[in-house]
Amino acid sequence: MSLQRRAFLGASMALAGCAPAAGPTTLRFWAMGREAEVAAQLIAGFEREHPGIRVKVEQLPWTAAHEKLLTAFAGDATPDLAQVGNTWLPEMQALGALEPLEPWLAASPEVQPADYFDGIWATNAPAGRRVGLPWYVDTRLLFVRQDLLAAAGVPRMPVNWAEWTAAMARLRERGMATPLLLPTNEFEPLLALALQQPGEVLRDGGRYGNFASADFRRALGFYAERFRVGDAPGLSNNQIANLWLEFGRGSFAFYISGPWNIGEFKRRLPPELGQAWTTAELPGPRGPGESIAGGASLAMFKRSAHKREAWALIRYLSRPEVQLAFYRLTGDLPPRRTAWALPLEGATLAADRHAAAFRRQLERVRPTPAVPEWERIMQEMQLAAARVVGGRETEDTAVRQLDARVDGILEKRRWMLDRQGGA
Amino acid sequence: MKHTRRESLAAWAFAAPALVVIALFFAVPVFAGLALSLTDFDIYALASLSNLRWQGLDNYLHVLSLPLFWKALGNTLYFVVLGVPLSIGVSLAAAVLLQSKLVRFKPLLRTALFAPVVTTLVAVAVIWRYLFHVKYGLVNHTLQSLGIDPIDWLGDPHWSMPTIILFAAWKNFGGNMIIFIAALQAVPQDLYEAARLDGARPWAQFRHITLANIAPTLLMVSILTTAGYFQLFAEPYVMTQGGPLQSTVSVLYLMYEEGFKWWNLGLASAVAFVLFVIIVGVSKGLIALQRRLNGGEA
Repeated sequence: MSLQRRAFLGASMALAGCAPAAGPTTLRFWAMGREAEVAAQLIAGFEREHPGIRVKVEQLPWTAAHEKLLTAFAGDATPDLAQVGNTWLPEMQALGALEPLEPWLAASPEVQPADYFDGIWATNAPAGRRVGLPWYVDTRLLFVRQDLLAAAGVPRMPVNWAEWTAAMARLRERGMATPLLLPTNEFEPLLALALQQPGEVLRDGGRYGNFASADFRRALGFYAERFRVGDAPGLSNNQIANLWLEFGRGSFAFYISGPWNIGEFKRRLPPELGQAWTTAELPGPRGPGESIAGGASLAMFKRSAHKREAWALIRYLSRPEVQLAFYRLTGDLPPRRTAWALPLEGATLAADRHAAAFRRQLERVRPTPAVPEWERIMQEMQLAAARVVGGRETEDTAVRQLDARVDGILEKRRWMLDRQGGA
Repeated sequence: MKHTRRESLAAWAFAAPALVVIALFFAVPVFAGLALSLTDFDIYALASLSNLRWQGLDNYLHVLSLPLFWKALGNTLYFVVLGVPLSIGVSLAAAVLLQSKLVRFKPLLRTALFAPVVTTLVAVAVIWRYLFHVKYGLVNHTLQSLGIDPIDWLGDPHWSMPTIILFAAWKNFGGNMIIFIAALQAVPQDLYEAARLDGARPWAQFRHITLANIAPTLLMVSILTTAGYFQLFAEPYVMTQGGPLQSTVSVLYLMYEEGFKWWNLGLASAVAFVLFVIIVGVSKGLIALQRRLNGGEA
């Protein structure tokens, strides 16, 4: 009932917005952090192409962005379009805040779904409705001190769990105390290990937690074993004074992280170590494994009065050459394969020494369950993992309690689904 | 003194604007919050009110069964038990100092000591974060020059709450100081003169004249400060985001996370009412304690 009323209000607002056609249309575009800082530079080109449209970029800090989006929806103050973390899309979709993009995509053949990395493309369609278009992608893989591996006599870059653990054992024998840095308050490494298993993290269509399953147990077992045998120190990332300094010193040889650290490592490591480190795909149980499909998307709001203009901006930002320009400004990796093949400083991004592994990993990213409660579930998962690492709970107890907690969090979702099914 | 009908009508008419404002901006939100705490209002309900379910007292039972709630309550009590006496002690010491005949430049000192109260909390918190930074902070720098190992003030779960307490005491003592100065000025000087003639030492004068005379003020300040300190939120929100290891999650911070991070407004409202009951209980306790102390002396 109230949804209908909102739709009606939206429509009448759209009409009201269109009536005074004089002057340029101003689009409100919410972006976060570094992306917001550089968005203005990208948008200059768009405004030249569309003299009738002005874009106002409003910058949100990442820490407050999620609350701000929800409060804006509650207070009827959503922008025309926004950068939305792709794990937030299910939530915004459940609210009915986002405009479904299928009709818009059908009219814009230059946005080719097949050009996007499959795993990333899939994250943008919660409950089967496409509500976002990937803007940049993010996944996790290994940052490796290959010089230290070579010095320890590790024959090649590990591609599966057995080779990886053997390499770490070798490094420990050669005197490296903890060869792997696995901060206990980051959920992404454990999630990536869990996604490498064939089973689902949530079962029955996202109705219940599936953490007591053999698949998750295998991932958690591997994760916890790293701390038990001494491969990784049980530290959280705010207990590590200076990550780059420690990596430069060779305190650890493996670190699971994302694309932003390519730039950070280049900037902060001493120049003589330039050739000493590289990136590598995340090893899986049997050969190269999957990783997470993160990143941010562009989404339009249902209540926007300027959807045509907003879509024009999304289309512009989705062009491969604009995506590459975006990469140059931010280091954010493009979601379209074409952008990776465009000329870049005499080569291509796909051939870049540090980005190449990301290019290969992006072909093997797996979307997480599209449930609005996902962020909270991840927080619970990591708290449970930290308890196992700290020795306060056995793996058995931890996964059973985690399932119980997650089932509690998903109770409302089950009720909603059952009611929809019954109606 | 019999009121006529007209007079009482006029009185109501004069009181009406204030009553309307109180009803609109106080009573209605409070009752709405109470109603909310009996439902499971969340993002699904935000999308459509037909997704709202009546929960009865389930939210309250759920809150009381949450380990994080008890941890947050423990953190808050830690803050109150250490912070309130510290804050009041510093206020009283500063007030007595400013009343002393030995101190010069009183207006300047009074302004300087009151300044933290009128500064913006967020801005000062940023400066404190610099001061207490583990590597670049002035505090650790000073400690190191004294040969003491640096302390990770905001990153170590054992030190984070003491640092927040220090910050809150520094930020708030000026307000109570002004109240104490007013109370001290009302203490009759001849009592001190009489005591001096009887040979009372300064400490005895302070205990039996100063403290005894400002006891009602002290009680009021204690109640206000305790109620205020139970609502610890902005300091951890700006300085530590509840971390490290949830060591600075207060009850109100938990409410904020439930309400605005996870959007479980029903549960968050229940947390708010539980906190309300706790604050009322503690304030009543303080008043009862004061009564007994007075009764004992009389």
